[in-house]
Amino acid sequence: MAKHPTPLLDELEKGPWPSFVTALKKQAETKPECWDLLGQLELSYKDRITHWKHGGIVGVFGYGGGVVGRYSDRPDLFPGVEHFHTMRINQPSGMYYTTKHLRAMMDLWEKYGSGVTNMHGSTGDMILLGCRTESLELMFYDMTHQLDQDLGGSGSNLRTPSCCLGESRCEWACYDTQEACYTLTQQYQDELHRPAFPYKFKFKFSGCPNDCVAAIARCDFAVIGTWKDEIRIDQEAVKKYIANDPAFPSNAGAHKGRDWGKFDIQKEVIDLCPTHCMKMDGDKLVIDNAECTRCMHCINVMPRALRPGLEKGATISIGAKAPILEGAQFATLVVPFVKVTKEDDFAGLTEYIEKIWDWWMEVGKNRERVGETMQRVGLPTFLKVMEIEPLPQHVKEPRSNPYIFWREDEVPGGWERDIVEFRKRHAA
Amino acid sequence: MGYDPNNPMADRISDIGPRYFGDFLPPVIKENKGKWLYHEILEPGVLMHVAESGAKVFTVRCGSPRLLTVTNVRDICDVADKHCDGYVRFTTRNNVEFMVDSQDKIDGLKATLKTYGNQFPIGGTGASISNIVHTQGWVHCHTPATDASGPVKVVMDDLFEYFGSMTLPAHVRIALACCLNMCGAVHASDIAMLGIHRKPPMIDNERITGVCELPLAIAACPLGAVKPDKAEVRGETIKTVKVNAERCMFCGNCYTMCPAMPLADPEGDGIAILVGGKVSNSKSEPKFSKLVVPFLPNNTPRWPEVVEVIRKIVETYAKDARKYERLGEWAERIGWEKFFEKTGLPFTEKSIDDYRLAYNTWRTSTHFKYTTHTDAYTK
Repeated sequence: MAKHPTPLLDELEKGPWPSFVTALKKQAETKPECWDLLGQLELSYKDRITHWKHGGIVGVFGYGGGVVGRYSDRPDLFPGVEHFHTMRINQPSGMYYTTKHLRAMMDLWEKYGSGVTNMHGSTGDMILLGCRTESLELMFYDMTHQLDQDLGGSGSNLRTPSCCLGESRCEWACYDTQEACYTLTQQYQDELHRPAFPYKFKFKFSGCPNDCVAAIARCDFAVIGTWKDEIRIDQEAVKKYIANDPAFPSNAGAHKGRDWGKFDIQKEVIDLCPTHCMKMDGDKLVIDNAECTRCMHCINVMPRALRPGLEKGATISIGAKAPILEGAQFATLVVPFVKVTKEDDFAGLTEYIEKIWDWWMEVGKNRERVGETMQRVGLPTFLKVMEIEPLPQHVKEPRSNPYIFWREDEVPGGWERDIVEFRKRHAA
Repeated sequence: MGYDPNNPMADRISDIGPRYFGDFLPPVIKENKGKWLYHEILEPGVLMHVAESGAKVFTVRCGSPRLLTVTNVRDICDVADKHCDGYVRFTTRNNVEFMVDSQDKIDGLKATLKTYGNQFPIGGTGASISNIVHTQGWVHCHTPATDASGPVKVVMDDLFEYFGSMTLPAHVRIALACCLNMCGAVHASDIAMLGIHRKPPMIDNERITGVCELPLAIAACPLGAVKPDKAEVRGETIKTVKVNAERCMFCGNCYTMCPAMPLADPEGDGIAILVGGKVSNSKSEPKFSKLVVPFLPNNTPRWPEVVEVIRKIVETYAKDARKYERLGEWAERIGWEKFFEKTGLPFTEKSIDDYRLAYNTWRTSTHFKYTTHTDAYTK
C-alpha cells in the first residue's frame, strides 16, 4: 500500500492536543493499511464528505451483533480499507485493565486487524476499527479461546451495558455498579448477541445522582444510586471547611485554579441547595432530610463533611434517548427506590427489566425506543404494565388539561345508554 | 489449534461476556472497594482518594484522542507497567488514568509521561474542560455530516489551557456527534457540536430495487415526507419513493433505512452548536442542550468558525458565571436573550423550535429583559 500525501491532515498534527493523525502515521509503519485509512480520510477532507459505503451485514456465526460492517467506496484507491469492519469488544465494568490483558488484546488486533482502536466507544465497548471479513472469525476464535473475552452489542438488541467506576474508587457510590453491570451483562448474553427487540435497549449504572455515565440522558433503563435515610454529617469537618482549612478545599479542590475568595458555606452550599433544606444552627450544620431531594451539591462541595446516607439503593428511570426521532428524552422516574444487591442476584432490577421487554417486544414498533413507546401509550398505561401504582413523584406537576381517558368501569352505570329514552326527556 | 474455516462450529466458545472486572483492579482499589472516605483534586489532573483504612490512591488523568492505535495502547501499558504495577483504567470521557498507591510515586510517573511529548496531557479534573466525547465521523462512519476526530482535535488545541487548569465556574462538558443519530449523545452537554445535513436525500433509482425495503423507508420519516412512487429504469417501471423536500427536516433517518437515499453533501453539511445541557442532578435538574448556532461550514482541515464560536461561548461564560454555575444554569439565570447579547452570537429564527412540543419553549409571560435585540422597539 502506497503512502499517500496528506497535506490537509498534516495540519492536524499541529497544536498541543495529541494528534490522531500522528498516531495513524506512526502505526502505518508496521500496519500499512493505516496509510490507506489516512489516504481515504484526506480525500474526505478534500471532498468534505464520507467515503464509507452504507452498512454491510457481516458478523460471526451465531451472533446478530457485535460486528458492524464497513466498506470503502474507493477501494480502487485505498485497497487496504476495502473491508474495514468494526468489532465491539465488551469492556470490563469500570474500564480497569491489566496491561497483560490489554497487550494481549492489542497483539491479536495487530495480527488480525488494522491496529486502530477507540478506547472506548460511546456506549462503552472497546472498539476495534478495521477488520477484513475473512479475519472476523479468526479474531473471535482467538479472543474467546485465549483471552476469555466476548463481543459487545450492536443492532436491535441489548447494547453493551456500562457503569461508572462506582465503589471501586468513589465514596459516593450507593451500590456496586460494577457488580450489577457485570452480573446483568452475563445474565442477558442471549439478548445482547441476538437481536430480537424493536430497537436498541441500553442499561447504564450510575452510583449516585451525579450520574457519571449519563444514564438519565442516554439509556433505556437507568439505575441511579440514591439513599433513603439521612445525609451523614461530620460537624468537625464542617467547621474545618468554614475555617478555610487548606486540607478541606471546597468542591474537593475543583476550583483551586482561580481565586474565588474565601469559602462561604452560606453562599456556596446553603443558598444553592435547591430545596433550601439546610441551615446553620450556631456552628452546626442542620439538614432537614425530609425536604432533601438528594441532588448531591452539598456533598460535592464538602466531601469530607457530608456523605450519602447508610440505607442505600437506586432509583430506576426509564426511556432516555437522543433526538432521533421524536426528540430527545431524559429517562422518566418509575421506581423511586429499590435495593440493588448481589445477594438476590439483582432481582430488584431484573424483575422490571423483564416486564419491560415482555411488553415492548409485543407493542414496540420497528425502530421505536422504549421511551417513544412510553410516549405513544402514555405514562399511566406504562405504569400499569410495570404494575406500579401512580405516584406524585412520577410527574413534575399534575396535568393542566382535563382530557382524561376515563375507563368505563370507573363511571357508575357504564357507557351504554339509550338515546330513545334520552330523547323522551330531552327534545332535540 | 485455532479457527478452522472448514468446521466453523468446532469447539466454538460464545456468550461468555466481558472479563470479570474484579480481576483487573489494582490491589489498593480492590482492598478498599466500597470503603472510600473522601477525595481531593491535588492539582489539575491529579486526584487523591482516601479510604477509611487510611489507604490512599493517587490518580494521574491524561487526555487522549480516543482514536488510538495498538502502538499508543502499548505506550500506555509501558507507563502502567513502569509505575502502576501493570494496571490502568479509562474514563467515560476517553481519558487514561494511571493510579499509584503513594504520593511519592506521582513525580516519577509524571516525568515518564512527559517523555512521550504531547501524547499524555495531564488535566481534565474539576472546573476544567475535560476530554470531548465524540463519534467516528469520516474516519469510520457511513452517515456523518462532519468529521469527529478533526473538529475535536482543533477545539481541544484551542481550549488546551482549560484542560490543564481549573479556572472555570464549573466543569464544561463538550461533546460531538457527527450526525443526528447522535451516537455521541450530545443532547445533554454544556457545549455540543452536532453534524447536520441541509439537503434532502437523493433517490438512486438505479440502486433502490433490492437494497431497500420501501415500506420501512417510508415509515422511517417522522414527518411523512417520504411517499411511494414509480420510476422508469432502463425501460422498466420500478417501485421507488419520492421525497417532499419542503417537509424534510434533514434527519437522515431514511438513509439509515435505505442506502439508495444518500443526503450527505459538501455544501449542505456542517456543524450546529448547542449549549447549556447537563446530565448531573446536582443543584438543578438535568437539562437538554439548546441550539444557538444553526450552521457552521465543514471548513477543513481546522474548522476555524467552530473553534471561534466555542471559544467565544467559553470565555463569556468564564467571565460572567458564578462559582458552581454550569453553562446552562448561567444562561437560565441571566436569560437566553442575555446569553445571545453577551456572547454576540446572532439570534435567528432557526433557534425557535417548530418541531414536537415547540410551544413549551415559547415565552408565555411578560418576563423578559431588554437587550440589543429589542432596540427597534425601545430606541
